Amino acid sequence: MGAAPLVRLAGVSKVYRSLQGGDYVALRGFDLDIAAGELFCLLGTSGCGKTTALNIVAGFEAATGGTVEIGGHAIRGPGADRGVVFQGDDSLYPWLSALGNVEFGLKMRGVRRAQRDRQARSYLDLVGLKGQETKHPPELSGGMKQRIQIARVLANEPEILLMDEPFGALDAQTRAVMQQELVKIWRATGKTVLFITHDIDEAVTLATRIGVMRAGPESRLKGIIDVDLGPDERDRTNDRFVAVYRQVHEMIREEVAIAMRRAS
Amino acid sequence: MSPVWRERAAKLAGYVIGFASLFAVWHIAAVYIVGSVLFPPPGRVVLKAIELARDGVLGEQIAVSMRRILTGFACGSLIGVPVGLAIGSFATVRRLLEPYTEFFRFIPATAMITVAVIWFGIGEGSKIFLITYTTVFIVILNTAAGVGAVTPNKIRAARSLGASRAQVFLYVALPATVPYILTGMRLAMGNSFVTIIAAELVAANAGLGKMIWDARLYMLVDQIFVALLVLGVLGFTTDRLFRWAIYTFAGRYSPVT
Repeated sequence: MGAAPLVRLAGVSKVYRSLQGGDYVALRGFDLDIAAGELFCLLGTSGCGKTTALNIVAGFEAATGGTVEIGGHAIRGPGADRGVVFQGDDSLYPWLSALGNVEFGLKMRGVRRAQRDRQARSYLDLVGLKGQETKHPPELSGGMKQRIQIARVLANEPEILLMDEPFGALDAQTRAVMQQELVKIWRATGKTVLFITHDIDEAVTLATRIGVMRAGPESRLKGIIDVDLGPDERDRTNDRFVAVYRQVHEMIREEVAIAMRRAS
Repeated sequence: MSPVWRERAAKLAGYVIGFASLFAVWHIAAVYIVGSVLFPPPGRVVLKAIELARDGVLGEQIAVSMRRILTGFACGSLIGVPVGLAIGSFATVRRLLEPYTEFFRFIPATAMITVAVIWFGIGEGSKIFLITYTTVFIVILNTAAGVGAVTPNKIRAARSLGASRAQVFLYVALPATVPYILTGMRLAMGNSFVTIIAAELVAANAGLGKMIWDARLYMLVDQIFVALLVLGVLGFTTDRLFRWAIYTFAGRYSPVT
């Protein structure tokens, strides 16, 4: 890779101390570089520590050891340069309208009312929520609520979007629509995205690169697969799509078996 | 008629029929079943209430009791909300103050009446103390529970949108807690009605409780019933006001209603 990566994790470990003495090592020797403009999918089985990795980048949790940097600076706590889209809708503010939710970050950072209103409206338009500005989150469907989350993060203009299985709680049809929308938004804005999923299909549909994680504990990246597919090849029936799918499946199959064995 | 108005009309009709049936049952019980001067029918009680209102006696007693309730209730809420927020936000504060809340909330205000009278006399002091006492713990507990119920993702989201810790408190924790605070205050208001009457029955020189006690001495049963009717109406009205406030502040989707 030529230019310095936007996000760099090197030799990261995360240990959860237990009062009973049995420490749990979630990550060990975890390395990951994400370049600006990528849509990087981190793929892994449940319990493999992929959310832990995202939380460390987000600054919600501190790494026990190793280097965690964004733009060459060490990450200390959460910040507006890293916008997070959560899986559930419990991160939205039900007492605020859709517009109020989207302009929240701008308000916190002291942007004037007229400007933040304009900016929030344009991002609501971008995610296809024009006309829903005054609705409150509980009045909207699951897909619309995830759109608000995405607009809220985009309006804040972060360096990178961190998405933790954002479509995991949606029904299959809505999920497919949201995946297409995300790719469209990513193309339109040129933002860097770190996307967490356990769904191979989703990863191949979205990603420029897919990082496959080993089964936990003591997880790290097993390998990275470049997804060199054009927009019209991102289709389950396309031969090249299927080829990438097989490649990813081959890499993760063994980890799924290990995870299943450890869970039982 | 639009569906909204139809719904409202149906709701109102429900209330009207409900209250009408309450008075009908009361009337039937008083006139046809009991048939005693010791159980006056609603008509007579309402006439008596009008008479007492004309004399100015009723309004005066209501004003005295309500002033005590509102003063004590305001004091209790003003203390309870910040203390509850502090308990909910900081584990150290919770550990320090929990012995107080967990101890005193089991000692009802009515049990404190005699002590309050000995300390503060039979005037306003003892009443305001008792209402404050009955309000403060329930408001503290509900407020602290509300802070605890804010989901971590709401706070995490705010932090990664650039909010400082102070902003997280002001723009996330506080609004998320408002419905719980109002619910605590609503419960406290109900308790305040119980406490003020008990306190005025035991020792007071004015108020609705005193009115009941005096009426008993002269066997003025109608007057006792006027006081009871007024209590019901006042309690119902203040509770409606609270429900309205909860709906207005928290929207139609508040977690508690």
